[in-house]
Amino acid sequence: MDFLELVRRPWPWYVAGPLIGLTVPTLLLIGNKSFGISSSLRHICAACIPANISFFNYDWKKEIWNLVFVFGIFIGGILATNFLANPNDLVLSPDTVADLKALGIKDFAGLMPTDLFEVSNLFTLKGFIFFIVGGFLVGFGTRWAGGCTSGHAIMGLSTLQWPSLIATCCFMIGGFTMTHLLLPYIFNLF
Amino acid sequence: MQKVEFPEPMVCDAPNDMAKKESIFANVKYMVVGIMFGIVFVKAEIISWFRIQEMFRLQSFHMYGVIGSAVIVGMLSVYLIKKFNIKTLSGETVQFHPKKFNRGQIFGGLMFGLGWAITGACPGPLFAQIGSGYVVVIATLLSAIAGTWTYGLLRDKLPH
Repeated sequence: MDFLELVRRPWPWYVAGPLIGLTVPTLLLIGNKSFGISSSLRHICAACIPANISFFNYDWKKEIWNLVFVFGIFIGGILATNFLANPNDLVLSPDTVADLKALGIKDFAGLMPTDLFEVSNLFTLKGFIFFIVGGFLVGFGTRWAGGCTSGHAIMGLSTLQWPSLIATCCFMIGGFTMTHLLLPYIFNLF
Repeated sequence: MQKVEFPEPMVCDAPNDMAKKESIFANVKYMVVGIMFGIVFVKAEIISWFRIQEMFRLQSFHMYGVIGSAVIVGMLSVYLIKKFNIKTLSGETVQFHPKKFNRGQIFGGLMFGLGWAITGACPGPLFAQIGSGYVVVIATLLSAIAGTWTYGLLRDKLPH
């Protein structure tokens, strides 16, 4: 098997996890930057719509590296999808497929279900919940918590911060609650 | 613009601690790291809504393996940087920031978790999903920015 074919296959966790972990020392050593992604959302607010709110009144230009970093993630998404895409369907746990079928998901081919992530859903109740409400919860919650999966779960736990452990546990509790208690009701709406 | 020093809960979670001023061109290296990161996100299917569902349904080890091994490698690296006092490329001492506990980590954390299971994305994967051609996620990103902005607006009235 040639190398490109190997790269095109989905990468196992023991390859991806350590690579993500290495982002922590890489950013620290190339420029004394603490790893964290949700800060970019705050910098965008500070740069575009500060509206005299003290929380957005700081020198965002000093943190421009963070915006460049997330722009890189966007470019990485383009490159991986266009040049390194997995030619096969997503391999999902059969239990997850069964659970999601019961909720009304029909398409299991790509990384995201087209039943939900279609532009035509944008101005429907489905779109309102999955994009607008979901996005708002992510953006509001991450700032309230002072970080997201990268800033708390990875950077925070790597530096042995117990508040990050609490935040990470709350991320998981929120996710379990949504998945098991609320999503069945939400899917019943459509 | 005047530099504002934030009290602890306001401190940025991903601060730039480099004392030396960097040129705009120096930022290219952060873009390169971002590109690598985005590729890993897509290739390990971390940006997949399905994988996040699998994780919250405890039906696959994949995401736990990714996050767990990332934390172990991160921990080990930070330990080595501290132990051997490894300096940055420009010779500075690496800065770490102790996080202070506040109730926002609980309330905000729960809220973030609820959103994570709906969107199938935390902030990083949002950018990679858009890059992967799921253009409708632009709406999710804009809404997340609006959420962050609303937090800033209401910050003083929220429990911390």
